[in-house]
Amino acid sequence: MEISRDNNDIEISELDPFLAELLRQIPASASPDGEPAAEQRLFSSPANSKETELCAEWKTYVEPELRRLFQSATETVTEDLKQLNGNEKSLANRTLRIPAKHADAWLCALNQARLVIAAKNNFTESELGDHFRSPIGSRRDLSLFQINFYGFLQEFILRDLGD
Amino acid sequence: MIDSLFEVRASYVSVSAMSREPRLEVECRAQSKETEGTTQVLDEAGSVTTADPTTETHSEEDLDLPWQVVVHNDPVNLMSYVTMVFQRVFGYPREKAERHMLEVHHKGRSVLWAGMREPAELYVQQLHGYLLLATLEKLS
Repeated sequence: MEISRDNNDIEISELDPFLAELLRQIPASASPDGEPAAEQRLFSSPANSKETELCAEWKTYVEPELRRLFQSATETVTEDLKQLNGNEKSLANRTLRIPAKHADAWLCALNQARLVIAAKNNFTESELGDHFRSPIGSRRDLSLFQINFYGFLQEFILRDLGD
Repeated sequence: MIDSLFEVRASYVSVSAMSREPRLEVECRAQSKETEGTTQVLDEAGSVTTADPTTETHSEEDLDLPWQVVVHNDPVNLMSYVTMVFQRVFGYPREKAERHMLEVHHKGRSVLWAGMREPAELYVQQLHGYLLLATLEKLS
């Protein structure tokens, strides 16, 4: 896989089917699917529980806005990922181009996905810091790899935005 | 291909058991004392001036001051991401944003802003939009 900047867009080229599939899973991974831990992480409390009025108002007025914001980001990413549509064989050496104007949506969707995966798997801090864990021998290992892979993409986009 | 992924050294905001006293970023306010129909004001330079008591009132802002925006540690968020969010939301220069990010990283929390409730709520809302763990806290 190669990742580079091309005319302000981000280009991820020479994707193998495995990484292409991980990319295609971003929108699904970003969804909490009703999992309480993931739901709680995406929509965390704005104050301690003693501030009942504030928390109630937040749930009524702010949370729906946040849901729309997160949904909008994943929809943008889903649109971009249509470039990777096809069967596994056709995914070999594919290229994904992320328009510069979609960079924020990608950052948001990647962050959502990482937080949701971490919450669903209840990863410890030491597990999250273990970037050399390999090979992938379980579903849990794969989820950790997914978090690190999405983090790598986030880092690249952030560096790109900073330039 | 996968090997190259493991060369990435993503940095995460990590938990620390250390605690710290909250630091307000509100400017020092002048102390005032009413004497015989006038108000003597001690300014930050230490000099005393006399003010008309009819104009010396406590505004709603003064009464609503003690709210602070606190960002809490989250081991998943990238350090570079948190720094970018602080720059965007608070308009902080990179160095200041990094200082706060490192405070979250090492001490578990950082007070990013303090002031009136309404703007504090808006800051917390923006931070939640970036998926940071942020809360609004009233100073006791």
